[in-house]
Amino acid sequence: MTSPTTQREERPAASGAGTTPPRTPGTSRWGALPLPARHLLLAALGLAAVTGLLFATGDLTALRIAAVGYTMLAIAGLQLLVGGSGQVSLGHGAFMMIGAYSMALLVLHQPTLPIVANLGIIVLVSIVAGVAVGAATARLHGPYLAGATLILAVGLPGLTHRYHDFLGGSNGLNIRTAGVPPFLDGLVTTSEWRTLVVWTTVVVGLALLATVSAGRLGRRMRAIRDDETAASMAGIPVGKTKVVAFVIASAAGGLAGGLQAYVLGTVTPSSFTLVLSLTLLAALVLGGIGSLWGALWASVAIVYLEIWATDLARSLNMTRDAENNLPIVFFGIVLILVLRFWPLGVHGALQNLRARLRARSNSS
Amino acid sequence: MTTTAPEHLLRADGVTVRFGGLTALDDVGLQVEPGSVVGLIGPNGAGKTTLFNVLSGVLRPTGGTISWKGAPPPGKRTHHLARAGIARTFQGLNLFPMMSVLGNVMVGADRLARGGAFSLISGLGRHHREERELRERAMAALERFGVAEHALRLPGTLPYGVQKQVALARACVGEPELLLLDEPASGLSGQQMDTLAKQIRGFSQDMAVVLVEHHMDLVMEVCDHIVVLNFGKVIASGTPSQVRADPAVTQAYLGTPASEEASGGGRAAVEPTHGNGNGAAG
Repeated sequence: MTSPTTQREERPAASGAGTTPPRTPGTSRWGALPLPARHLLLAALGLAAVTGLLFATGDLTALRIAAVGYTMLAIAGLQLLVGGSGQVSLGHGAFMMIGAYSMALLVLHQPTLPIVANLGIIVLVSIVAGVAVGAATARLHGPYLAGATLILAVGLPGLTHRYHDFLGGSNGLNIRTAGVPPFLDGLVTTSEWRTLVVWTTVVVGLALLATVSAGRLGRRMRAIRDDETAASMAGIPVGKTKVVAFVIASAAGGLAGGLQAYVLGTVTPSSFTLVLSLTLLAALVLGGIGSLWGALWASVAIVYLEIWATDLARSLNMTRDAENNLPIVFFGIVLILVLRFWPLGVHGALQNLRARLRARSNSS
Repeated sequence: MTTTAPEHLLRADGVTVRFGGLTALDDVGLQVEPGSVVGLIGPNGAGKTTLFNVLSGVLRPTGGTISWKGAPPPGKRTHHLARAGIARTFQGLNLFPMMSVLGNVMVGADRLARGGAFSLISGLGRHHREERELRERAMAALERFGVAEHALRLPGTLPYGVQKQVALARACVGEPELLLLDEPASGLSGQQMDTLAKQIRGFSQDMAVVLVEHHMDLVMEVCDHIVVLNFGKVIASGTPSQVRADPAVTQAYLGTPASEEASGGGRAAVEPTHGNGNGAAG
């Protein structure tokens, strides 16, 4: 089953197979590996690359690299939901908030639990929240679903004020997580260690998302995205599959939020407003909605555009107000320009480029 | 391949559908034997597509019962019926526009594959092996319908005739026991229609077929049994020759002869249209 035809088919059909590299037809040993094994190997490669990058750039950029990691996981979950199953959620930031506050509360109230257990619990909490919201919204389509999830994004940060003592109000919660384990003391700094923890979780999460996306579940989601009636007539349970997509996206978002809290050591309601949800969605469109690779470009854009814009504002000696708003303007301009010239986002543009290069090398 | 069970494959009794004050179907009965081809005809707005939607679970009838292989169907939702072995094509094809032709057909075979979430994530168990089988099955179906060369294209980039074959392949690849065809001949040339007639006869070796169709010559050629609907009621049913000879059918299609109408003996004439599409209730 590794004929060239089937190999080539993978990419257009399983368009979400994110961590799948540009495969050349005929690499039969690679193709013979089961899908999850392939994705885990790629995940390990990705982790190795990040580790290399981390040691090359040093302690200062570690936090930025970590930020790219957890943002990417959140956007990859959103990609599966929006690009994969056609449901637009404006509440993705709310799930990040659920994850972040779960992490903070776990560290504050159960300080002895290891980070792995915390992350596991966060995934469970996010899944429960995802089932609750997803089951309630499974019958909603398009703008109505967006509207319902909007409520979540707007309402959830308010809870922190309602339960001030427990959730810390607008000051949020501050946590101290364990640093470098003793056996690595002196080899890596605390922020490097945290970045590695983040990226290990992220690549495992991405490998899972890629496997789901390339498997039957992903194809069912795409069928529902394209035509619900025809999908149900092919025996696909539409409502259930939509809820499953929503739950997977919530778990990814929650996990990303938990990792964010772990790295930053602080959670505040002001970092999980509607703006975050909208930014995630806009960045996903910018990166390319059809593929998990889009999530990489999107997360790089979210993290670095802000940094560059702030640097730019400082170098121009702008006023405080201008400096605060410049990143948003900058992001907006980049989004408009990218979509004007590359309607399929950065990833779509790269794919076009590759197709063109291949066509040229074939013709010559 | 036909089941030898004595009962009907599909049986509808007293099916009634009302949309508010409009009765789209009124006490309609229908039996489909294994391996037979049943034609569903009638003027526009007669309730053909409504009946079709009831049979495929898209629409729940106001009254009446449907039985599948002599028992109530395994569930009321469309996907329950599809999993039980009822496939259908759509008048508007309804292919998945952003999926390759092969992907489209693989979705059609979905009901045959096993292997759950654990198998998907771990790579153990059946999921990935069955996924390969699904792909082989879909490729074989594409070859059978003569469109294998387009396997990697998006449906929207293909000519209409090819798209129709893809839609048929998607419906047949899941090895259904009953295939519902909604106006399969619309938009086809005479030659393509002959091919289609042969294909439909070919399907009936493996499965029963119910088709809604406006092209009388096709219906008369391929059907074993024809049910004629008008104003939501069955006005005639039988073999093609019986239906052709039935005066009620001629009346429904062509209207009452002028002399009779003048005497007030006949029913109100039906508009003698053969136009495209169906009305809301059609």
